[in-house]
Amino acid sequence: MSLLTVRGAQRVPDRVRIWLLLSPALLVVGVFFVGGVGQALLQSLGRQPFLGETDWSLDAYRATFADPAFRASLVLTLRVVVLSTLFATVLGVALALLVRRHARGPLTTLLQSTLAVPHLVGALCIGLLLSPSGLLSRLAASVGLIDSAQGFPVLTNDAFGWGIIAEYTWKEAPFIAVVALASLTPAVRDLEGAARTLGAGPWRRLRTVTLPMIAPAVAAGSVLVASFAAASYEVPRLLGQSFPATLPVVALQRFNDTDLLVRPQAMAVATILALLSLTLVAAYLVLVSRLTRRAL
Amino acid sequence: MRGRVLVGAVVVALLLPVVPLLAWAVAGSWRYPDVVPGRLTRRGLDLVLEGEVVAATLTSLAIAASVATLACAIGLSAGRAIGLHRFRGRRLVQFLLLAPVIVPGLAVTLGIQVFFVRYGLSDTALGVVLVQLMPTVPYAATLLGAAYANLDLDYERQARSLGAGATRTFLTVTLPLLRPALVTTALLTFLISWSEYILTLLIGGGQVTTLPLLLFSAIGSSDRTAAAALGLLVVLPPVLIVLAVAGRLRGREQAWTGLARG
Repeated sequence: MSLLTVRGAQRVPDRVRIWLLLSPALLVVGVFFVGGVGQALLQSLGRQPFLGETDWSLDAYRATFADPAFRASLVLTLRVVVLSTLFATVLGVALALLVRRHARGPLTTLLQSTLAVPHLVGALCIGLLLSPSGLLSRLAASVGLIDSAQGFPVLTNDAFGWGIIAEYTWKEAPFIAVVALASLTPAVRDLEGAARTLGAGPWRRLRTVTLPMIAPAVAAGSVLVASFAAASYEVPRLLGQSFPATLPVVALQRFNDTDLLVRPQAMAVATILALLSLTLVAAYLVLVSRLTRRAL
Repeated sequence: MRGRVLVGAVVVALLLPVVPLLAWAVAGSWRYPDVVPGRLTRRGLDLVLEGEVVAATLTSLAIAASVATLACAIGLSAGRAIGLHRFRGRRLVQFLLLAPVIVPGLAVTLGIQVFFVRYGLSDTALGVVLVQLMPTVPYAATLLGAAYANLDLDYERQARSLGAGATRTFLTVTLPLLRPALVTTALLTFLISWSEYILTLLIGGGQVTTLPLLLFSAIGSSDRTAAAALGLLVVLPPVLIVLAVAGRLRGREQAWTGLARG
């Protein structure tokens, strides 16, 4: 690596140079991310920076878990995460197989444009589509399926979270499709050809060749979908109810509470949310690595 | 035949949510249960040309350009270390660069918001740019790290042996070789910043008004034409950018555009 040191100057040891190169990025991640998670944890345990009050306690967590609103929101968050990830993954893989078979070019472009849509705009679109006076309701009324907007099922700002799930599925299925398409290489086709020669039918080829080959990439993509579904604020805020709301919405509600004593509870929810995302990801990765090993 | 029907159904499913957005942007009045607007209006267009919206557009552009530039610079530096070197602690670094992608930005930012207030960075564009480095730097470092890993170092060695200094080698040899990855990274980080809502709200405190903030309050109001017009303004640049670069992206890079979340 001497070629990269300034000629004539003292040679900087590799190890020092590497950490110097990394230092700006580590500074950003260290201050904002590690600092942020650490502060959320400390403040949830009763430490208030700049106020000089430090009485360590688990009161915030006790209050949070005792609150039925929080438990309802935990259930809602898990439901939204699991269903959105499931729908996006299944539809995304099906979409990828369809695109590979029928229309690579134009459909890929369409998938990419959907990827680029900000979730805030996605939430607006889904709202205008699924709300009681939305486009679907109008279509249903015009063909005589319903008499009025009241007859249309409540799909946005509903207690179950259908509107939120619809938005995530619409945005993330193309993401999974693009990820899956990237791993559907010519080598996969060769293997499928070999399986066919050996007498494997279409379902068997799909189950024993195609899916195991794309599973690692799709699994990684699904983890990102799950973590995003747990993390997003604007989608559940716009398409969900304010009670029960998903965890990010609850965290911000408590953070904005005029009573500063509620602040530690906001931090407790934030900490739980961070832990939940990390646990989901770890559990999922373990599960998928087992599944793929067995399938192969 | 069955294939064509399926493809048609997929196209409809992907485009259907966008239809009411386009229709509302030009709808003067649209009574229920009409399927098409009764009267068209150019109010949406007038609205996006208003001073407030133009100012927010400029703020969004300036913040996104700053975030993209800084993230690329930081990512180039870190990417060199990650892509070219095997060192002790590399796994930890990679984990630290993955974690901000996984852990919700909202949960992280709630904890440090009080420090932004304390050091005078809240309610400022600078504070917003700094906090947006958190979701962008990990992507930039990872993408550029992959680009460095594919870099043929012989070009640098030849330039050096021909007498070029470190700076000149970087500017005339390394940067041009990394250009495709750098363009992708710049666009991606620009998109993340352009779409960001909650971090901007938390640190900007509503004082730094970007387009997503205007859009959010428009969605909250009952003016659907305003919301749809602003929605189109927010969605057009990302879609145009992705369509423009889609042809030159390879498979894996295409997937990265899906990470431009927000």
